[in-house]
Amino acid sequence: MELILVAAAIMVGFGALGAAVGMGLLGGKLLEGTARQPELGPMLQGKMFLLAGLIDAIPMIGVGIGMYLIFAVYAG
Amino acid sequence: MAGDTQQTGTEYIQHHLTNLTYGQHPENGWSFAHNAQEAAEMGFLAVNVDSLGWSFGLGVIFLLLFRWAAKRATTGVPSGWQNFVEMMVEFVDGVVKDSFHGRNPWIAPMALTIFVWVFLMNLMDLVPVDVIPWLMLQAGVHFQKIVPSTDPNITLGMALAVFGMIIYYSIKIKGVGGFLGELTLQPFSAKNPVVQAVFIPINLALELVGLLAKPFSLGLRLFGNMYAGEMIFILIAMMYSAGWVLGTFGGALQLGWAIFHILIITLQAFIFMVLTVVYLSMAHEDH
Repeated sequence: MELILVAAAIMVGFGALGAAVGMGLLGGKLLEGTARQPELGPMLQGKMFLLAGLIDAIPMIGVGIGMYLIFAVYAG
Repeated sequence: MAGDTQQTGTEYIQHHLTNLTYGQHPENGWSFAHNAQEAAEMGFLAVNVDSLGWSFGLGVIFLLLFRWAAKRATTGVPSGWQNFVEMMVEFVDGVVKDSFHGRNPWIAPMALTIFVWVFLMNLMDLVPVDVIPWLMLQAGVHFQKIVPSTDPNITLGMALAVFGMIIYYSIKIKGVGGFLGELTLQPFSAKNPVVQAVFIPINLALELVGLLAKPFSLGLRLFGNMYAGEMIFILIAMMYSAGWVLGTFGGALQLGWAIFHILIITLQAFIFMVLTVVYLSMAHEDH
């Protein structure tokens, strides 16, 4: 029964790892792009937010299911 | 909350996570579930009355407000509300023009509806955790979830509606042959029919996974974000009962998380809209 907690922790942990790397790269590329062409700054930022949301998708699904496991399945 | 004074943490969290379900219970027939256990026993024939109520209510509010703005639209000095509505409509129209390449007059209004409706549903997440449940408790309703988008039924329901639209428009634009062709001949194709016949099941497997991933990720993305956000609000709310020091620290955390959550709310509604428009645009492509 306690394995559910371990499972939830792994889901959330690895998801967060992936998202952090993705966001770091995305932010870096945004700064590079803006530095190369400052007038494209606003447009790039808009696209960055869209992609940040998309990068966040799978880890957030993992967090959602992980929390569901912890609070509904384990403590249900 | 539910009567007893000393309530453990998990009970508090449990209390804030169970929906108000109305359904056919094996023993006591059509009734409101008294706890999560009964709601689970009701099986498929159960309806989350609170999620439905809040989402329909917010949908009606959206329609009435935007209709009111449209009715009072004047070419003269526009009122603040009319400016806001015009800004929203132009913003959504811009996005749809960028990402939708087919010709369908129905897409932009639907995109606006999705954006504002999902935003309104997410906005309920900013209401402090204990306000509405406490009021509802006075009215005798024990279990209550005010944020419809933390209910997977709602988000996956919308995602399935979008999935239905994808299939409908794919078949309408490309024809059944075109649609099936897209599924079976996509990545690998070969000249001679024998090799092609071998490729078909492989293509089908790949394409079906891609097709099914769309609604699944669309629905669960919104659910995951809102459920995690709601959970963090509940955990912060639990800090209030832990004395003055932790309580005030919890207040600061709540403020910080709520401000950050405003970004998440709009972003998720925006992403839900943009992906819907992009998926429908892909469905409208005629090779």
